[in-house]
Amino acid sequence: MSEAIVKKFMFVNRKAPYGTIYALESLEVVLIAATFDQDVSLVFLDDGVFQLKKGQQTKGIETKNFSPTYRALEDYDVEKLYVEKESLDARGLTVDDLLVDVTVLGSAEMGALMDQQDVVLSF
Amino acid sequence: MKFGIVVNEGPYQHQASDTAYLFAKAAIAKGHEVWRVFFYHDGVNNASKLTSPPQDDRHIVNRWSKLAEEHKVDLVVCVAAGMRRGLREENIAPGFHISGLGQLVEAGTKCDRLITFGA
Repeated sequence: MSEAIVKKFMFVNRKAPYGTIYALESLEVVLIAATFDQDVSLVFLDDGVFQLKKGQQTKGIETKNFSPTYRALEDYDVEKLYVEKESLDARGLTVDDLLVDVTVLGSAEMGALMDQQDVVLSF
Repeated sequence: MKFGIVVNEGPYQHQASDTAYLFAKAAIAKGHEVWRVFFYHDGVNNASKLTSPPQDDRHIVNRWSKLAEEHKVDLVVCVAAGMRRGLREENIAPGFHISGLGQLVEAGTKCDRLITFGA
């Protein structure tokens, strides 16, 4: 699929991976946006940082563990992943707890990055 | 200005679709174009023609259909989100159509602003 216009799409993931469907359905849009050759960035903040937590076990809630998909993002040339430092700190997490390589930004830097985007979708 | 709108929450449960509708109407009244409304997550339930609220309440689904008819607004229901929630071509209201997430990305690329309601 070719799309003449390329814009900067930022997907802001703010919610825990399970409990609601937002995280999973956000990932579905991310993959489509990448397929349409858009300039895609992903941001994880608030409870959204848990989406990237290593070692997710979902058998007990009879829900699919979709976290391996985050590792497949680079196959779609989605390589800009940003995590907010304050959100990690507040939850006692560090980058070592995450299953993909990310860039950690403070909230002010994150705000500046958001300001550069054409389209921001928050899930 | 050319607007795209994303509705991420179901009708009646959440105010997002009411606010999205009121925004669309206000934008059109001011001379702007609402090029597409994309329904995602539980927002797909805004398209169910089986919806029958009490008579003294607003009819959220019919309101969208009327907006589409009067102002040629493209109402798109996400196929994947719709399938999960039991929405098929045979049970969606007039003016809506089912299509893929590419239509959401296209709204992002073609509109001056893409505005999200809910989530």
